[in-house]
Amino acid sequence: MSQSEKTPISTALHDLHVSQGGRMVDFAGYNLPVQFEGIVKEHMQTRASASLFDVSHMGQVTVTGPDFNTTINALESLFPGNLKNLKPGGMRYTVLLNKQGGIEDDLIVTRPAEGQASDGTMFIVVNAARKDHDLALMQSALGDILQFKLHDDKALLALQGPLAATVLATLCDAPHQLSFMNSMPAQIGGIDCQISRCGYTGEDGFEISVANNKAPELAKLIYADERVKPAGLGARDSLRLEAGLCLYGHDMNDEIDPVAANILFSIGKQRRTDGGVVGADAVIDIINKGSKMRRVGLTFSGRMPVREGAEIVDNAGAKIGYVTSGTFSPCLELPICFAYVPAHLAENDTPITAMVRGKPVTGKVSPMPFVAQNYARKPGLNT
Amino acid sequence: MTKIAYSQDHEYVRTEASGATIGISDYAQEQLGDIVYVELPSVGTVFKKGDEIAVVESVKAASEIYAPVDCTVTEINAALEANPAEVNADAMGTGWLMKVSVQNEEQLGELMDEAAYATHIA
Repeated sequence: MSQSEKTPISTALHDLHVSQGGRMVDFAGYNLPVQFEGIVKEHMQTRASASLFDVSHMGQVTVTGPDFNTTINALESLFPGNLKNLKPGGMRYTVLLNKQGGIEDDLIVTRPAEGQASDGTMFIVVNAARKDHDLALMQSALGDILQFKLHDDKALLALQGPLAATVLATLCDAPHQLSFMNSMPAQIGGIDCQISRCGYTGEDGFEISVANNKAPELAKLIYADERVKPAGLGARDSLRLEAGLCLYGHDMNDEIDPVAANILFSIGKQRRTDGGVVGADAVIDIINKGSKMRRVGLTFSGRMPVREGAEIVDNAGAKIGYVTSGTFSPCLELPICFAYVPAHLAENDTPITAMVRGKPVTGKVSPMPFVAQNYARKPGLNT
Repeated sequence: MTKIAYSQDHEYVRTEASGATIGISDYAQEQLGDIVYVELPSVGTVFKKGDEIAVVESVKAASEIYAPVDCTVTEINAALEANPAEVNADAMGTGWLMKVSVQNEEQLGELMDEAAYATHIA
């Protein structure tokens, strides 16, 4: 039975979402709120103040090996990110590649903070729809060296927005300890959790991992601050699009490589020449020869959204590319999308024509992120 | 006398002495969420019942709107081009989509009245 045929799993916050008026949908096998008050309102709330998202569908994995070097060497044979230079508490965005250089998943690897866990322990967060796939892949490649444990017993809450740090600082010290892409264990109201300064909205924010049975209590502590409102999957999608961030299964898949996807930063600089990692030779070859296609951001005038599946055409009307994600940007009030176009058309301001319901609409290649990212480059309240 | 009839797909037809108006129901706008774009047909276009007559797009998705009866478009709500959110604000009123001349009056009888529609969406 495939995941989509199963009864969707309710997260630890399900009842809270329903009581807050969340409109629940089945997403990647999870019963999650797509919206509360409305996508545009939640989107703007996140850009102006702070929102709390339930991202418990993400796969939280603990990796255990005998010591740091053994664990890192093993993980670096699968992930092309530079993990060796992660400091305690440091986080790295990277990918899982196949032999052809296609992206099997994108994920974040975190090194536990000083003294938090045994030396050979690392944390990984993977996409909901890919967790079983990734786990099987990691286990078959590294199972004799490392143990992998998927935490179905943990929830993940994302507090996002320019006031996220200010709000969280009333509950714990983490905002004063962490800069972007750093993580630490903490207590909020006596509840043990793991706080990471990261997110998927382009705003400053935190992802808080907590035991399922404590998650509603923790969420209520955060909601006690009136500056925080609930937000759903709809706003999460429009926010990440404005921030230029890829979504696996849409903007990336196992036939798209990191060069085409424009996420080469997921591969460590030194590691591009190292070799010895699955898919690296293929990616190095693509870097040298150049990628045929390239993911770009497109903007259009007017209001008509250009969405996933729209074809990109040349002057003669022949298909030369395709749109992988798109929406109407609530902040910019114009249609934005990600599209794969031939690499020679990837320069900013190049006119690009998409077909929407059989009609051509011309926009242009535009720099990503569409809306400036607002990450905390140093610890503190980022005001 | 004003009469409102609803289709299974949540379009309404309001018939008055002056003519007929097509829009989407309040329930439909609520389900779609924030409407960001409305694509309307040209005046004079002739539609058969069930034809796609408009597209209403929210942040999340595009939804096709179907002709509830055979009709010819006589006027479109041009104000929606600049302000599509009017459909959210007042779907049954100022957020109307188009005025039409109904070609087949009998088809109005095949639609639901207010009470039947209330049951339909319950």
